Amino acid sequence: MTKDDIRTCFLEELVNVAPDIDPETVQPDSHLQDDLGLDSMDILNLVTALHARLGIDIPEKSYPEIATPARAVDWIARAMG
Amino acid sequence: MGLFAMPSLGADMEAGRLAEWLVAPGDVVRRGDVVAVVETQKGAIEVETFEAGTVQRLIATIGQELPVGAPMALILAEGETAPSDVPAVALPEPTMDNDAEQGPPPADLPEDKPRVHGAAASPAARARAQALGIALSQITGHGPDGAILLADVEAAALAAIEPAQGPRADVRPGPGTEMRRAIAAAMTRSKQTIPHVYLSQTIDIQDLADRLNKWNAARVPAARILLGALFLRATARAAVDVPQINGHWVEDAFVPGDSVNVGVAIALRGGGLVAPAMMSVDTLTLPQVMAGMRDLVTRARAGRLRASEMTKGTLTMSSLGETGAEAMTGVIFPPQVALVGIGAPHVRPWVVGGAVEPRLVINLTISADHRALDGRLVSRFIAAFETHLQSPEGP
Repeated sequence: MTKDDIRTCFLEELVNVAPDIDPETVQPDSHLQDDLGLDSMDILNLVTALHARLGIDIPEKSYPEIATPARAVDWIARAMG
Repeated sequence: MGLFAMPSLGADMEAGRLAEWLVAPGDVVRRGDVVAVVETQKGAIEVETFEAGTVQRLIATIGQELPVGAPMALILAEGETAPSDVPAVALPEPTMDNDAEQGPPPADLPEDKPRVHGAAASPAARARAQALGIALSQITGHGPDGAILLADVEAAALAAIEPAQGPRADVRPGPGTEMRRAIAAAMTRSKQTIPHVYLSQTIDIQDLADRLNKWNAARVPAARILLGALFLRATARAAVDVPQINGHWVEDAFVPGDSVNVGVAIALRGGGLVAPAMMSVDTLTLPQVMAGMRDLVTRARAGRLRASEMTKGTLTMSSLGETGAEAMTGVIFPPQVALVGIGAPHVRPWVVGGAVEPRLVINLTISADHRALDGRLVSRFIAAFETHLQSPEGP
C-alpha cells in the first residue's frame, strides 16, 4: 500500500467519523484536535475505523504521533512495514 | 393510537418541519420505531411512535411546517377505528413570532396611543425587543409614521449579531442561527427562572487514570474506554443514591425521574451543542455505557438523534473532555434540577499521605436548582460520585 493509498484511507475514515468536516479544508498539517476540533471520542472512533480497515492498532500512547494527517500517514506506513 | 402528532422536543419548541417519512401507508409499526425525521431548531430529529399499529394514512407532507400537536399520520392498532375528525391535510403553518408561553401573539400593528415614551411600536415589536434586550430607540421603524414593527426588531437583532464587514473567513458558520436561538432561549429561561446554587470538589483521579491506561493498552481500539464513560457511570450511580437530583421541576414541585436518563452534552464543531439522553444509565455495564456514548456522539455528528433522547433526560452531564479548561460552572437544562460539570483533567500539586505530589485531578462542579435541592444533598451526591468513580468494576 502506497502512502497515497494510506492518505486516501485516512481522509475517508476521518470524514466518516466527522461528517461535518469538509475534506477540502483538511490540510496535511491540520491538527486533528486543535484545528479540526476532534474530541477524544472522535479520535477513538477514527483509530477504531483504521484498525478495522488497515489492521493496524494505534495504541493510546502513540496518539500524539497521529496528530496531523501527514504525521498519521507516516506513522501508519511505518507500522505497516 | 389514532393520530401520530408533531411532538414537543423541548419547552421552547413551537413547530417542526417534516423532512422525511420512514413509513408508508400499510406499514406495520412497533412501539419505538422511527417513523419520521423532523427538522427542528436542534437539527434533524428522528421521531418514534409510542404505539404499535398499521399506518393508514400520511397526513403531513414533506417540507411542511407543523405546530406541536398537529396531526402527521393516522396509525391504527388492530380493531381500532379512525377518529371522525381526522383532517385530510395538515393544519396551516403557524406564525413563529410569538412565544408559546405568552399566549396569543400581540397584534403587529402600531398602538393607537399618544407617543409619550419614545418611538411608537406595535405590542409584538415591544415584546420581542424586550425579550431580545434591544432598546426601541436603537431601532428604525418602517410602519406607519415610522412606527416600529416586529420585522424591524428582528432586523435590528440580526444586524446586532452580524458583523458589518461580512463573515470572518476564519470562523466557520454555525449549524444555523436556529440552533443558536434555541440554545439562547433555553439558557435564558434557565438563568431567569432557576435559582442556581453551585458546589465543587476537586477529585484525585491519578490511580483511576493509571488503571484506565493499563486497561486500554491491553485492548484493541473497539474495546477501549474513555474517562467520560467512567464519569457518566459515576453520575448515574450517584443519582440512584441521591434521587432528589434526578428528575424535573414541574409547576412548583419536584417530580422524580422513573429512571436515570443522563443527558450527555456534545459540542458540535460548527457551533452549538446538544444534550441527548442515554436511558437508564445506572443499569448499564461500563462497556455498555461506553458503547452508548459512542453511538450518541456519532449520531449527534450525523444529525440523527431521536425525539425521546431530546425530551427524556432527567439529569445532564457536561464534561470538557480530556483537554481544555479545568472547571466549568454549567447552566441547568430545564426542567431538570441539576447539571454535572466536569473540567478537563490537569496535573496539580496534591497532598498524598502527608507529602505533596503531582497528581492528575478533575474539578467536579454541580449546578443545582435551589428550589429543589439544598447544599447538603448536593454534597451527598458529590461524595457518592467520588465513591462510584473509584468502583472496582472495570478500570
